[in-house]
Amino acid sequence: MQSETKSRVEQVTSPAGQAVAVLRFEGDIASTSKDAVLGAFQALPKETARLVLLDFSKVDYINSSGIALVIQLLIEASNSGQKVAAFGLSAHFTKVFTMVGITKYAGLFGSQAEALAGL
Amino acid sequence: MKAPKPTCVEVRLPSRLGYEKVAMSTAASVAKLMGFREDRVEDLKTAVAEACINAIEHGNRLNEGLSVGVVLSVDADSLEVKVIDDGKGMKSRPVKPDIDRKMHGEEDPRGMGMFLIQALVDEAEWVVGSEGKSSYVRLVIRLDKDAA
Repeated sequence: MQSETKSRVEQVTSPAGQAVAVLRFEGDIASTSKDAVLGAFQALPKETARLVLLDFSKVDYINSSGIALVIQLLIEASNSGQKVAAFGLSAHFTKVFTMVGITKYAGLFGSQAEALAGL
Repeated sequence: MKAPKPTCVEVRLPSRLGYEKVAMSTAASVAKLMGFREDRVEDLKTAVAEACINAIEHGNRLNEGLSVGVVLSVDADSLEVKVIDDGKGMKSRPVKPDIDRKMHGEEDPRGMGMFLIQALVDEAEWVVGSEGKSSYVRLVIRLDKDAA
């Protein structure tokens, strides 16, 4: 019943010329999304993926278990000195992420261009 | 003169994660029919989904032999949702997540469901059922006609 979460990685360059890994998610972010969220992040090379963007623009449903996975990702990023930002969240999930305090550890942006400029 | 009969919608879910989306969609449909603003419908969807997940995981402990009842009662200016399971009820109260403690491994990254429920609706109460069964969470969301 829970839709499968898909994720793929794309390498882009910020306006400042920095390499940025973009993790693009699709589907639901829930308890079954561990591989797609944490697994995809852990597969990024720590030495080169210093800046990471999370793309939620094709995600319709995120529950508290999915938010917990995002927090686990932020913990791992913090431990390895990687900077993370996110974009493409709906107004509702931007509010929810803000309510639980995620904005303290990851900037939330409306679009990829805004996120790249804000990194 | 008799009072109008309240409109009631009931859904019964299997105790299987993912089926909370059925209750979520039903609640959203009812709220839209009542004229709730889109942002309030989104609040309700998350609150109902989290209540059902708690019922499936903690109340019925993922026992697919048990079902979760969802009862939506429509009033003139509010919608009440009861999510009923066969557990012993939630004795803990919602706690605001502390992101710093979570980031430092001092608090479980999970455990935000009750907080989200309480934060997103106008009323939320957790009721322990008699003889440790039929516990429920009751949510109320009100139509804000001035802001509509």
